[in-house]
Amino acid sequence: MKFTLSWLKDHLDTDASLDEIVERLTMIGLEVESVDDKASLKPFVIARVLTAEKHPDADKLKVLSVDTGSGAPVQVVCGAPNARAGLVGAFAAPGAYVPGIDVTLSVGKIRGVESHGMMCSERELQLSDEHTGIIDLPENAPVGASFAAWAKLDDPVIEIGLTPNRPDATGVYGIARDLAASGLGTLKSGAVEPVEGEGKCPVSVTLEAPDLCPGFALRLVRGVKNGPSPKWLQQRLIAIGLRPINALVDITNYVTFDRGRPLHVFDAAKVKGNLVVRRAKTSEEVGDLVEERFLDLKKRGLGVELLTEWESYGLTRMASAVYELYERIEALDGYGYELTPDMCVIADDNGVESIAGIMGGELSGCEDGTTDVLIESALWDPMATARTGRELGIITDARYRFERGVDPEFMVAGLDLGTRMVLEFCGGTPSEPEIVLGTPTAKDGEIVGETGHHYREVDFPLSETKRLTGLDVERAESIAILKRLGFVPKGATDGAVVRFVVPSWRPDVDGKADLVEEVMRIHGVNRIAPAPLPQTTAVGSRILTTLQNRTRAARRALAVRGMMEAVTWSFIPERHAALFGGGAPALKLSNPIAADMSDMRPSLLPGLIAAAQRNADRGFGDIALFEVSGTYQGDRPEDQRRVAGGIRRGTATLEGAGRHWAGNAASVGVFDAKADALAALEAAGAPVDKLTIEAGGPDWYHPGRSGTIRLGPKNLLGTFGEFHPDTLEALDAAGPICGFEVYLDALPEPKAKATRTKPRLDLSPFQAVKRDFAFVVDRSVAAGALTRAVAAADKKLIAGVSVFDVFEGAALGAGKKSVAIEVAIQPQERTLTDEDFEALSARIVANVEKQTGGVLRG
Amino acid sequence: MTDLKTLEATLLAEIAAASDEAAIEAVRVSALGKKGSVSERLKMLGTMSPEERKQMGPAINGLKNSVGEALAARKAELHKEAIAARLAAETVDVTLPVRQAPAERGRIHPISQVIDEITAIFGDLGFAIAEGPDIETDYYNFTALNFPEGHPAREMHDTFFFPPGENGERKLLRTHTSPVQIHTMEAQKPPIRIVIPGKTYRQDSDATHSPMFHQLEGLVVDRTSTVANMKWVLEEFCKAFFEVPSLNMRFRPSFFPFTEPSLELDIQCDRSRPGEVRFGEGSDWMEILGCGMVHPNVLGMSGLDPDEYQGFAWGMGIDRIATLKYGMPDLRDYFNADTRWLQHYGFRPLDLPTLFGGLST
Repeated sequence: MKFTLSWLKDHLDTDASLDEIVERLTMIGLEVESVDDKASLKPFVIARVLTAEKHPDADKLKVLSVDTGSGAPVQVVCGAPNARAGLVGAFAAPGAYVPGIDVTLSVGKIRGVESHGMMCSERELQLSDEHTGIIDLPENAPVGASFAAWAKLDDPVIEIGLTPNRPDATGVYGIARDLAASGLGTLKSGAVEPVEGEGKCPVSVTLEAPDLCPGFALRLVRGVKNGPSPKWLQQRLIAIGLRPINALVDITNYVTFDRGRPLHVFDAAKVKGNLVVRRAKTSEEVGDLVEERFLDLKKRGLGVELLTEWESYGLTRMASAVYELYERIEALDGYGYELTPDMCVIADDNGVESIAGIMGGELSGCEDGTTDVLIESALWDPMATARTGRELGIITDARYRFERGVDPEFMVAGLDLGTRMVLEFCGGTPSEPEIVLGTPTAKDGEIVGETGHHYREVDFPLSETKRLTGLDVERAESIAILKRLGFVPKGATDGAVVRFVVPSWRPDVDGKADLVEEVMRIHGVNRIAPAPLPQTTAVGSRILTTLQNRTRAARRALAVRGMMEAVTWSFIPERHAALFGGGAPALKLSNPIAADMSDMRPSLLPGLIAAAQRNADRGFGDIALFEVSGTYQGDRPEDQRRVAGGIRRGTATLEGAGRHWAGNAASVGVFDAKADALAALEAAGAPVDKLTIEAGGPDWYHPGRSGTIRLGPKNLLGTFGEFHPDTLEALDAAGPICGFEVYLDALPEPKAKATRTKPRLDLSPFQAVKRDFAFVVDRSVAAGALTRAVAAADKKLIAGVSVFDVFEGAALGAGKKSVAIEVAIQPQERTLTDEDFEALSARIVANVEKQTGGVLRG
Repeated sequence: MTDLKTLEATLLAEIAAASDEAAIEAVRVSALGKKGSVSERLKMLGTMSPEERKQMGPAINGLKNSVGEALAARKAELHKEAIAARLAAETVDVTLPVRQAPAERGRIHPISQVIDEITAIFGDLGFAIAEGPDIETDYYNFTALNFPEGHPAREMHDTFFFPPGENGERKLLRTHTSPVQIHTMEAQKPPIRIVIPGKTYRQDSDATHSPMFHQLEGLVVDRTSTVANMKWVLEEFCKAFFEVPSLNMRFRPSFFPFTEPSLELDIQCDRSRPGEVRFGEGSDWMEILGCGMVHPNVLGMSGLDPDEYQGFAWGMGIDRIATLKYGMPDLRDYFNADTRWLQHYGFRPLDLPTLFGGLST
C-alpha cells in the first residue's frame, strides 16, 4: 500500500515530520517498507534558455545560454528539438545525478564545445516516458526555484507492508485514522455528502448469486465529458505507481486508494440491457465441428487446451463432437480469461462485462469518448474473490481489497464519493442510485447497518490487557483508544467489562484478544518492559529425548570419522526413489517445485550418492558425506524414520584420501561402510557386541559385498555395502563408492538404571597370554561363525578373539580358505601350565570343528 | 717390575686402539681371560716367596684393576659411539607431512551446529526440545492454528500437497513447525516450555527462499506468561545467540492467524559491508522472527481453556539466523552438499556449543 505525505494530510491534521510519521506507522503495525523522500529530484532547478545557437560542428545540437537563477548564464549543449530561446525548463548542474540516464554530470565537451550541465526531459527525471523533448514549463515558472517543489513533485511517497488482517488500512483514510488514534494528529471528517440524483437509474441490477454479493450499488451519470483527470490527481496516481488513463478510470483508482473502496465504471453506451450478478456459465456444445468454427473458437481462446490437444492429433474437424465451452471475458488488462461456474461475474445482454471484484471487461470500458457512465460500488464475498483471483492469476488493487474485506457500510458513500468526483471533473447529470442487497457476510450482531451489515459486539474485560501483555493501561485510556479507532461502547463503561461495537471496517476483530492488540499497539508496544520468565528449577535438567541424544551422538561420531555432514532434499526424483524402495503414490507431491524433486525419499542414500557425483564432476572425487535425518516409508507420523546414512567415494577412507608418501589410500569398500555403520550405532548406544551381521542387503547393494545389521532376529538396525552397478548406473554415478544406513529409532530405549554406579572391576593378577591358531574351513564359512566358535570354547579364559589373516590358495584345496586367529587368554585363578594350554587348545580346535567343520592347519 | 709396566703400557695401548666391541672383547680375553697375560701373572703369585709376593701382589692386582677399568671405560665409550652411529643412521625428514586427523577433516553442517547452539540457550532457560513429523494433515498445519478454510493467509504459505487419500483428505508438507505446538498441547498439560527445530517446506525458490528450510518454533503455556515475558525470552535469546553484549531490538505489531496480539521482532544492524551483518551498530532494521500470544482459538482447539491458560509462541528461520550469524550468502547452497562449502562453512566435529565454553569459540 503506497500513498504520499500530502495525500495523508488530506485526512490527518498533523505537524509531525515525515520521520515521525514513518516511525509511528511501523510501531502501530503498519510497517513502513520504503520511503521515497524525492531527494533525487532536489538537484533540478527551473532555468530559462536565453539564447539557442546552432552547434558549429553538429547539425542536430544547439549551444544554449541558460539562466539558472544564480550567477552568470551557463553554456549548455543540447540536442532536444524543442530547445529554443525563451524556453523555461528543468536544469541539472554538473555534479547532479540524473536518475533516468544513471549518470552523474560533469563539465564536458560535446563536439568541441563545453557543456556546463543539462536541460532535462521528463524521462531523464523518471517522471514519465516522455523523451521527445526537454521539459517545457509555463513562461511564469520561477527561474532558480526547485523544479520539484514548484511542480509539486517533492511529495514523499510512503509504502507500507500490510498484514492481511487490515483491510481498513488499504485506504489512506484508514491509515490516517490509525495515526490519529495513536495521538499523531487529528483525523479530519471523512463524511461524504449524499448525491441528489435525478430520476431512477435506468439500468437495473438482479442478484442471481446473492451469496457472492452482499450488496450492489449502481448509478448512471449522463452527459459527462471524459478526458485527462486533473494534474494533482494524476501526480498522486503516478507517485504510487499507477498510470493515469482518463478521468473516469482515474477516479475509480483514486477512491480505491483513498478509502480502500474499489469502484468500477462502465461505458453505459456499451452496456446492453440490465445487469445481472451471477456465476459464470458453461455451455456444452453439441454438433459438428467444422474447420471454420474450430479456428474461430481457437481465436477467441475458448477451450484452448482442449482444442490444442485435438489439433495435435489433426482433429480440426469432427462429426458430432461434444465439448464444453466456458464463458470468456476480454479483460481490461488486454488478456482473455475463461471463467468457471464458481466465479462471480457481472453480465448484461452481451455476456460477461466484469469479473466481480477483480477486473472489468474491455468491451464496456470507459474511453475518452464516453458520455454516459455507470458507476458501480459493490460488495463481494472475500473468499470467492480470493479463489477466483488465484485461479485466474489476476492480481489487482480491487481484488487485494475485496479478498481482505471492504467496509460494507461505505458502499453507498463510496458510490457518492465517486459520483461527486465525476461531476466535478467531467460534469453530467446523476441518476438516483440502484441499491440491491444480497446475503450479509455476518449475521451475529443486533445492530444492522444500511447495507445489511450486522455490527459485531465484543465484551472487553479491561484487565485483559494486563493479563496478556503485562501492560498497565488506565481504563480511560483504553476506552479512549478504542473509541478513536471507531469502536463504540455500548452500555455502561464503568464496570469491569465494557461492551464494544466493532466498526464495520474491522472484520478482523471478533474477540477480546483482538481488543488487547488494539490497545497494546496504539498505547505502544515499546512501553512493555521485558519481564524475566520465572525459573522452574535451580539447575536445569536433561531436556533431550533419547532419540535426540542418539541423533546428536551419531552425527558427531561420523564427523569425527572424517565425514562431512550434508543436508540434502527430502524430495528426490521419482526414479531415484523407486530404486530405493520408494515411489509410492501417497508420497508423491501433487505440486513439486521441480520435476526432479517429486517424491519423498525412502532413503538418504540416493541423495548422498547424487551429491557425491556432483562433487566428483567438479573434480572432488574423494569424498565422505553423511546425513542424519528423516526418511519416509509412508505418510503417517510413525512412517518417518530417523536415519544416519553415509557414503564414501574414491579413496576417502578413514585414514585419509589420495596418495601419500607413507602409503596411498586404498579405494573405499564394504568394510569402510561397515566400520562407519557400527561407529554410528555404537555412538548412538547400540550394544555392539550383541549385534549380528548377515551377508547381503537390499537390492541396491552389491549382493556379495553388503551386509545387514540386526539386534536379535527381528530388529533391523542397518545395512551397509558397496552398491550394485545397476544402482549406480541408474543414478548416473560411478564408483568406487560404498555406503550405509542405520536406523536410530530402531534402537531399544535403554533400561532405566537405579544407580549410576558402574559394576565392580576385578583385575586378574595373572599374566595374560596370546595364542595363534590357523583353521582351514570351507570358503562359505563366515569368519564371524569361526570366531564365535573359538570364543565359546571357554568363556571364562578366553578374553578376546581376533582374525589377523585370511588366505586362499591352491595348496588348501578348492573351495577352502585359511583363517588365522589370535586368542587372548586371561587366567583368573592361577598361572596356566603347559597342560592347561594344551587342554584349552584342544577344546578350541574341537569346538571349531564341531561348529564349522574347520580343521587346524598343519 | 719393568716387565709389568711394559705390559700395562702395551695393554692400555691395545685398549685405546680397539675400535669396536669385538676388538675390545679380544683385548679383554688376551689380558684377563683364563690364559690372558694378566691372569697368567696372577697365577704366578702362588709360586713366589712371601717377600716377592708381598711386593708383586699389589703390583699385579693393580695392573688387573687398571686394565679392567680401562676396558670398561673403553667399552662404554664404544657403546655410546655405536648408539650415536645408529641414531644418525635412523634420522628421517620430520618435515614430511602427516595425514590430517579424521576429526579435523570431518564437518558438522551449519544447521546442525546452530540447532545445538539454540538447544544450549533454551536448555538453560528451562525449555525442552520437541519434534514432529514433516508430513502433516491440513488440520494440524492450518485449521488447528486458526487458519480459516479459504483464507488468503493459507495461500501465502505456498503449500506442497500429496494426492488425496482414500478418505479424500490430502496430506501436506508442513509449512511451519507450528503443528508441533498443537501436538504438544494435546499430549501434555501446561506448564509447557518447548522449542521445536525442524524441516519445513514451501513452494518457493530464490537466493533467500528454499523449498525446504528449517524453522525454530517456541511455545510457552502456563497461567501467567505475558508479552512482557516473551520480550524478555526473545531478547535474551538473541543476545546469547549472536554473542553480543547488547542488541538494539524493536517489537512491532504484526499479524499471524495463530497469535493475538501478534508481533514481529526487528534487530538493529549494519548491513553496509557486503556479505556481513553487524549487530549492535548501524541504522538498518532486520526482521528476525514473528511471535505473539497464543490465539484463544488455538488454545481452545487444543483442549485448553483460554481463560485459564495463556502463553506465547514464536517462529524463526534457522537457516536465516545461521546466515545472519555466519554469513553464507545463498540459502540454496545449504542443501547442495558441495564439499568446498561444507569445508568452509561447516564446523569441526568437536566444537560442541555450550554456554560454559561459549557457543562458537
